[in-house]
Amino acid sequence: MASITIRDVKKSYAKSQVVHGVDLDIASGEFVVILGPSGCGKSTLLRMIAGLEDISGGTIAIDGIVVNKLEPRERGCAMVFQNYALYPHMSVAQNIGYSLKVAGVPAAERTQRIQAVARTLELEHLLDRKPMALSGGQRQRVAMGRAMIREPKVFLFDEPLSNLDAKLRVQMRSEIRKLHRRLNATSVFVTHDQVEAMTLADRLVVMNGGRVEQVGTPGEVYSRPASRFVATFVGAPAMNMLEGTVELDGLSLLGGSRRLAVQRAGLAVGTQVAVGIRPEAVRLVAPGTAGALDATVDLVEELGAGRVIYVDLDGASFSVMTSEAVHPEPGSTVGLRFSPDDLHFFSSDTGTRIEVFKASVPEPAL
Amino acid sequence: MVERTPFLNFFTHVILFVGFVLCIAPFVVVTIAASHNLKDVNDVPMSLLPGSDFWLNIKTAWTTADLGPKLLNSFIMAAGVAAGKVMISALTAFSIVYFRYPGRTFIFWLIFVTLMLPLEVRIVPTYAVVANVLSPYQTILDLTGLSWLIEKVSGVQVSLSLGLLNSYSGLILPLIATATGTFLYRQFFLTVPDELTEAARMDGAGALRFFIDILLPLSRNNMAALGTIMFLWAWNQYLWPLLITTDQSHATAVTELKQLIPNVGGIPEWNIAMAGTLIVMLPPLIVVVAMQRWFVRGLIATEK
Repeated sequence: MASITIRDVKKSYAKSQVVHGVDLDIASGEFVVILGPSGCGKSTLLRMIAGLEDISGGTIAIDGIVVNKLEPRERGCAMVFQNYALYPHMSVAQNIGYSLKVAGVPAAERTQRIQAVARTLELEHLLDRKPMALSGGQRQRVAMGRAMIREPKVFLFDEPLSNLDAKLRVQMRSEIRKLHRRLNATSVFVTHDQVEAMTLADRLVVMNGGRVEQVGTPGEVYSRPASRFVATFVGAPAMNMLEGTVELDGLSLLGGSRRLAVQRAGLAVGTQVAVGIRPEAVRLVAPGTAGALDATVDLVEELGAGRVIYVDLDGASFSVMTSEAVHPEPGSTVGLRFSPDDLHFFSSDTGTRIEVFKASVPEPAL
Repeated sequence: MVERTPFLNFFTHVILFVGFVLCIAPFVVVTIAASHNLKDVNDVPMSLLPGSDFWLNIKTAWTTADLGPKLLNSFIMAAGVAAGKVMISALTAFSIVYFRYPGRTFIFWLIFVTLMLPLEVRIVPTYAVVANVLSPYQTILDLTGLSWLIEKVSGVQVSLSLGLLNSYSGLILPLIATATGTFLYRQFFLTVPDELTEAARMDGAGALRFFIDILLPLSRNNMAALGTIMFLWAWNQYLWPLLITTDQSHATAVTELKQLIPNVGGIPEWNIAMAGTLIVMLPPLIVVVAMQRWFVRGLIATEK
């Protein structure tokens, strides 16, 4: 077990900088998930922790020791790769035990430890097979076994579930979670799948464009997104965003067709803001209900347990998620109602969260 | 796309059959000629029915050309070239693909250039070097005046000499130093996923460990393919062994076949010559048949 301290870490290639000064503290035994769209630098950050990429600037310390110049094997990290990266010519047992063989562990002890790991991962009956003769989920488990056997200080996962089918992914997810609870080793898990991120993480790190946008528990990230990017990236379907302008006694939305009565709280009149509301925080009511916004239904997506209803709100697309038994026809009019507490405000310029607003019920313009 | 039409099937089989006949016909003629006696083999046209002297001719050829030791020489040379080539190709390709060092591109092109300079083109300088491996160094010493200096200071005259004529090393080494295998390996190494390299690094394996434990086992098929090709190529070498083996004890089987070919005005013992050819042809044939499975896999290189 070990803590990881990342200070102002940068990564640049010949022409471009892909990681811009990341600061992050990972406590011992913590399960941290780095979430972000592809190309956001999350894998690069993970590979810098592992020692597979050089660090262009800043420091990474594991257990207080700066590891910038250390070889991967000296850092005490184990990694699970996206494509498993099993050695195709070795049996499962040889794959799992290879790091011990390299380290010169005697054969008897090696066999014993391989057996122990195989028992944990329920791989005992497969030890003599070659990776080619295994299913995706089994290969994934072998890759985990290969990481576990070294009893590393830090586990690194580089999108390890993205090659599995949906059902297996859910199963492996809970297995990883259980395994972490038992081993309690510091883990860093990189993914672009937000469900994976939300379910696995003790703490979530959301990255975008080589920068950390927000660090927090999954609950915090979901309920109080620190930026417009996080708000729209976390949660499915994505949070609705409406552009608004600060006025003397509130906000005008959608170019002035709707108004929102909120306290101005120090923001200059004319400031552009974005108002966000999660689809699952919107309720459908009868059109014309007082305090509700009327909108036209565009499309209804059936999810089984609920429905996503896409509506047209004065030209802006807006989605509503409901589990109630309502089936509005496309083209019909519905009323949208939401609590002011569920609104999120972001600066239109910088995208950062604005906390000062206290919203009241929206009212239709004039 | 695979098309199935009876006419095309028939047509392709005809082409295949014609090709097969073209390839096999000379061997059939050689085998038949090797079974005739002296009179029958010189009949015009030669009878295409096998004669009865096959084993006798084989025996005569074997003793006349002293093929026992010669085949051994050929085998040592061909096996040496194949093994050396496989080793050196794997190592050079490993260096080119997996390491970043100054002058890497330059070295890559140096290796590439050897493809354009086969042994036949540089045979005279190669002979000079093999005759005295140290002669390039001697030249350097002479040109820079170092040998003069050493002689003045110590009174010792510098005369470096290490000859490889009439030796297995002389037969083998110049044939190893070409680039064909390097490129075969390079192509293969480029298809090995980076994640495998990284996994080995995470497992603590250093470069050499990775090469021996992971890369070499993975390139078994390539080794078999390259080894087979190089064995055949070295076995069939004529000019180079002829040039550097002045001593009979190091002559190879292919050059010794010359002994069996009748001289102008000599007895036209073509039956014996053909029998000798069959013997010399046999070892490469065995190698190809034995290695065929890996050989084909190594060249198509689409293992799933």
